Amino acid sequence: MAAKTLTIDGKEVSAQEGATILDAASDAGIKIPTLCHLEGVYDIGSCRLCLVEVTGVAKLLPSCTTHVSEGMDVHTDSERLRKYRRMTLELLFAERNHVCSVCVSNNNCELQALAWQHGMDHVRYDYCFPKWGMDATHPLFGMDHNRCILCTRCVRVCWHIEGAGTKNVAGRGAKSTIIDDLHQPWGESDTCTSCGKCVIACPTGALFSRGSTVGEMVRDRSTLEFIVNAREKKQWIV
Amino acid sequence: MKAVPIGSEKKRVVARVMKHASGDKRFKILEAHIKKFQGRQDSLIEVLHKAQELFGYLEDDLLLFVGYQLKLPPSRVYGVATFYHFFTLKPQGAHTCVVCLGTACYVRGADRVLAAIEAEAKIKAGETTPDRQLSLLTARCIGACGIAPAVVYDGATVPRQTPESAVAQVKGWLPHGP
Amino acid sequence: MDLDDLNTIAEKERAFHKKTVIRCCTAAGCMSSHADAVKAGLEKAVRDTGLGDRVEVRGVGCMRLCCQGPLVGVEPGGILYEKVTPEDAPSLVASTEGAPTKVARGNPDHPFFRKQMSIVLANSGEIDPERIESYIEAEGYRGLNTVLLEMAPKDAVDCVIKSGLRGRGGAGYPTGLKWATVAKTPAAQKYVVCNADEGDPGAFMDRSVLESDPHSVLEGMAIAGYAVGASQGFIYVRAEYPLAIKRLQTAIRQAKQIGLLGSGIFESPFNFNIDIRIGAGAYVCGEETALMASIEGKRGTPRPRPPFPAESGLWGCPTLINNVETLANIPPIIRKGADWYAAIGTGKSKGTKVFALAGKIANTGLIEVPMGTPLRQIVEEMGGGAPDGAKIKAVQTGGPSGGCIPAHELDTPVDYESLTRLGSIMGSGGMIVMDESTRMPEVARYFMEFCMDESCGKCVPCRAGTVQMHRLLDKIVQREATAGDLSTLEELCDMVRNTSLCGLGQNAPNPVVSTLRFFRDEYLELLRKEPNGEPAVTAGAAPAQNKEAS
Repeated sequence: MAAKTLTIDGKEVSAQEGATILDAASDAGIKIPTLCHLEGVYDIGSCRLCLVEVTGVAKLLPSCTTHVSEGMDVHTDSERLRKYRRMTLELLFAERNHVCSVCVSNNNCELQALAWQHGMDHVRYDYCFPKWGMDATHPLFGMDHNRCILCTRCVRVCWHIEGAGTKNVAGRGAKSTIIDDLHQPWGESDTCTSCGKCVIACPTGALFSRGSTVGEMVRDRSTLEFIVNAREKKQWIV
Repeated sequence: MKAVPIGSEKKRVVARVMKHASGDKRFKILEAHIKKFQGRQDSLIEVLHKAQELFGYLEDDLLLFVGYQLKLPPSRVYGVATFYHFFTLKPQGAHTCVVCLGTACYVRGADRVLAAIEAEAKIKAGETTPDRQLSLLTARCIGACGIAPAVVYDGATVPRQTPESAVAQVKGWLPHGP
Repeated sequence: MDLDDLNTIAEKERAFHKKTVIRCCTAAGCMSSHADAVKAGLEKAVRDTGLGDRVEVRGVGCMRLCCQGPLVGVEPGGILYEKVTPEDAPSLVASTEGAPTKVARGNPDHPFFRKQMSIVLANSGEIDPERIESYIEAEGYRGLNTVLLEMAPKDAVDCVIKSGLRGRGGAGYPTGLKWATVAKTPAAQKYVVCNADEGDPGAFMDRSVLESDPHSVLEGMAIAGYAVGASQGFIYVRAEYPLAIKRLQTAIRQAKQIGLLGSGIFESPFNFNIDIRIGAGAYVCGEETALMASIEGKRGTPRPRPPFPAESGLWGCPTLINNVETLANIPPIIRKGADWYAAIGTGKSKGTKVFALAGKIANTGLIEVPMGTPLRQIVEEMGGGAPDGAKIKAVQTGGPSGGCIPAHELDTPVDYESLTRLGSIMGSGGMIVMDESTRMPEVARYFMEFCMDESCGKCVPCRAGTVQMHRLLDKIVQREATAGDLSTLEELCDMVRNTSLCGLGQNAPNPVVSTLRFFRDEYLELLRKEPNGEPAVTAGAAPAQNKEAS
């Protein structure tokens, strides 16, 4: 594969053909904020936090799904982008009930971390205060829909790494929700293998191990990468 | 804790659905329809259309049956069935009344027509009367803009509705009607 | 099947015609006013009077003036009868023999009819949409014959490029270029998709074309298939259009029967099949990537482009997606040539455009006019202005993705660029007239509610942003908003437009932005005032950076 040379935030970078802007930036030590991106599963470009400016392109492009091309001039951190990112975060905080002080993921939450990084100390929009329930029927895990940001990372690991297809999105628009099987209690699911990958994948406190209390939910994402490597590259399988 | 090992429960569900299906001729028709598409997974929406046509609404066992036949996980079938407005997972009333809320109907007073029917039937749009006689639905646009505002009563599009004409139409379907 | 067979069918059809032809509209608009009973009544009256050898009753497609339906036309004489009832039938039939009739007559010389130019609708209201012979008589499938026997695929693409035809579904991308991209992408399997998911509320052009002249769309698809190298086509049509679906099914069956679809069409090596896929009520499926997901039996959520469908579409294969009206333009372009088509319209917008006139206007219905026709001619002259002497306030084009054009801009010629300049879009062709009684912030709220309900929920700006914009608009309409709320709304409009994943979100702010541009006073009037008359400002709406230090 041919190498492509491009500029990211003024820095000359070379990347393999077919690599995404996000890959290239990450290799060059440039951090682009992401939320729906997860190493190991395919990208869908839905959170819009990784949008970047590319000189000569009128639209903002998601860096997780846009491939590098020769001579590309990418800007990842303009004032406009920072403003949009903060608004996106504010919209997420207003959409459901994100109360950090009582959350199992407090201090270990990607949403919270991004809010800090972007100086989002208050939300200018009306909180929607929806009444989403909590599913504590599974013997090992729990799901609090109030903290869900619909990034579908859990759905993607369930389908594409575990291959169980237990989780999916139902409904649409703001009424979208993550379901198990036919929208039944998780503990009654016929397809769930209780593998726990969805819990590892979750960026917020929506999915958690039972028994964890405020701030205790720490996830080790390298477990996922390990599994993906094993399955795709079959490195150590004899 | 989960009492049954993974797998055995699944077999039980499939057996239940198949038993349910074996006693109902409509499942046979649906199965033949699925065969027409050679069980292709991309025919899911077409199959759900047929299922709803046969059964009136998509109950859980029906969704499981479709998923089993097309070799799709239940969550996929449920996700698709709830994405599209046309599919309903709840039984509908004996009569349906669809008020078009397209722009042409809207500027010609469809909102007042809908409000009048809601008041008369004592239900909101999207609901069915407790006696299952009338389901009140709304449509985004039925393309009958030249004769706005239009309402579809039991499948028949009726032009130029007013709050009065609409109430007169549904009154007979309601228990407290004349 | 060859050209001679086509001519034989056409001749047979011609020989069958009687001296007098009574055309009865059987499109959905008139059907809802019992046009089927009118047609049955006319047929019975002809039988009863024994005029069968002189009078023919023909069910035809849309005769355009939907508000006066059911419509009945009588030839010779060019007579148009309006609001015909089944009881009128005997008197109408008797009138063909010279008897007087009291049935209300329309005026076929009215500008509504006279100023139209029919290319896409040429057969609409003339031929019987349920009989392929009727289409063949009207030069049908001659374009496909020419392309297959006399043109290389590249010539067909070049012809469409030269014609200047642009997509009629909304964005106006040059059709020929789209064809060329699919044609030059190498692949064993390619697809042609007809987008008949006409979701814009207030638009019914595509429905009318499908109900009135389904074969023109099939022929257009087959030509496109040959040009780009596809052997399979899909028509994605809304479930809300049962009559259109039925007529398409009939048309496909008939075309297959006589070998105009299937293998070895016109004894050439070209094979082409068409399947119908029925939508299930999701506006977002009008977006090409969402539409493809839906054809694949999935949730209709869009995905980022590139890759564009022309390179990687259905099941990863190169896929050409064209709208109904675009495809219906193809057979006449092939028959009459690219130069003929390119001579119609304006510099950058060629040909004609079909519009659905609706709302507060005297003559609602379907019109087809050359591109560049001034809006004023369409709504005032042809449409007859607002009914009951009211004044036109604005014309809404482009549905929930479009904008409101104020009355003082009515002299704007209708083409892609002019409408975009006014903050609206051509869209698929819905044109809703609003009079002085319409309040613009409420219209904006109506469209925002639409986008909020139809958002697929995949990307954050569209899913959560439309909810917040709708809340703010509702606050404004309820007179509870402050000047700060208005600027929050405008900031959100900018953000949602620039960050959303697909066209639905990117265009959702358009109705707000365009009404704010031309009718800002109406918004300002609704804002909450302090006792001193100054606009109120609330703490929640204060600029965020003020608090950053805390």
